[in-house]
This record gives sequence, C-alpha cells and structure tokens, in this order.
Amino acid sequence: MSTTIEKVAIVISKGSLEGIYPALILANGARAEGIEAELFFTFFGLDAIHKQRSKHIKLATVGNPGLHLPTLAGALPGVSDVMTQYFSQKMEHLDIPPIPEFIEMIADSGAGLHGCKATCDLFGLTLDDLIDQVKDIITVGDFYQLAAGGQIIYT
Amino acid sequence: MTTATYAGTHVILNDEGFFTNPAEWTEAMAPEIARALGISELTDRHWQVIRFMRNEYLTKGTAPSVRALGKTSGVSIKELYQLFPKGPAKTAAMIAGIPKPIGCI
Repeated sequence: MSTTIEKVAIVISKGSLEGIYPALILANGARAEGIEAELFFTFFGLDAIHKQRSKHIKLATVGNPGLHLPTLAGALPGVSDVMTQYFSQKMEHLDIPPIPEFIEMIADSGAGLHGCKATCDLFGLTLDDLIDQVKDIITVGDFYQLAAGGQIIYT
Repeated sequence: MTTATYAGTHVILNDEGFFTNPAEWTEAMAPEIARALGISELTDRHWQVIRFMRNEYLTKGTAPSVRALGKTSGVSIKELYQLFPKGPAKTAAMIAGIPKPIGCI
C-alpha cells in the first residue's frame, strides 16, 4: 500500500456554513499538496454550487450544540445572519475566502466539481442553475468511477 | 535530514526535501531542484513566482500560501497550478530553497 495519498474524492452533503467549509478546506489543501481532488455535491450540499444560494450560506444556530448558544436564542429572527456575519469576518482575518470565491479558487486549482443527479432531479435543478465551474451532473456510479484509486471523504 | 548536491554544492534538506538553511541556496541550484520535482525547464513565469516566494520569506519570515500568492505575485491561481502542478506554494518554496509555507488555505 502506498504511503502517500495521490487522489481524494470529497462528498459534500450539507448546506450549512459549518457543513461546507471543512470539505472546501480539505479539497483546497489536497490540491496545494499536489493531490488530485474531485468534489461531489449532493443533497443540501448542492447549495454550495447553486448560482444564487452559494452567496447566502448560513451558519446553523439551531440544533448546533458546538455553538454553545441556547436553542431558543438561536431560533430568534436574525440570529443566524448575525452569527454568520461574525464567523465570516473572523475567517476573512485568517485569510479564509468566502464560499463563492473559495469554490472558484478550488476549480482554478484543477479540482473537478460535480453535481449529484439524484439530488438535481429531486430539487428540479439543471446545470444552468449551478455555477459555471461545475463540470457536469453525474450519477453515483459515475462518482465511483471518478473516485477510483483514491480516498473517499464524506462530509 | 538528508543531503543533496545541487550545482556542485552539498546542502542539507529536511525529510520533506526543504532546505534547512535557506542561506545555502543559490539561483544556480534552482533548475536542478526543479528537474528533480518534474519541472524540466524554468520559464520567466516560474522565476517570477520563485523570486517572489523567496523575497517574501526573506522580508517577512514566512512565505505565502496559494491564495495569497495568487493575489500578490502577479500570477493567477489557475496559472500557478499550470506552472507547478504538484502544488504551487510547496513546489516553489522547495525550488526557492526556503521552508514550506505554513497555513491551511
């Protein structure tokens, strides 16, 4: 068995800020190390590559115990926006780009972006609804073919 | 630690292949290091990135990661990956004889 990773295939299945960033950091970090990367956006993870929605990804302030915010407080109108704004500013200070810029950067690094066919059928989405960097909408079988020989990371 | 000979001079490298003492590096060593990393010829665009990385390291103490490199070096991220397919910041730092840039982005 090889002691180095040559390729990763990353599944992004969640549509929250904290659900999407780890996958993008893993993908970008892989490319920076010279590791091939393919990204498969499925279910609510598709929001990350949706033309309109990718600009408005929010932090989950309800049902997120890691935030240490009482659930009732998290549910108040505007709290999610404020917390998202707060985290986005902190990340910008750390040189972590906003999601649309981050995805463009990852595409520029040569990673492949793919939408999940089953989810696009379910949500009634076509390639036109997704950002231009998305190569195609593929089936799970196609995804396994792309992932062949590499490691699969599910987020 | 390992040793290597570039341009007729012995240098000490860490386990990943980065120079332990950047002062040992000379420009004459760069083409040899690049060839060992699979880059057969260093173009002016390669040199722009290599010199920028080294200069940033010598003035600031750390070299930029890929995002900062794309914003400040005058070479876009797309082109950076075309020039250095095995990772622009990492490969350029190795060729420039400086430590690996630290950072996750």
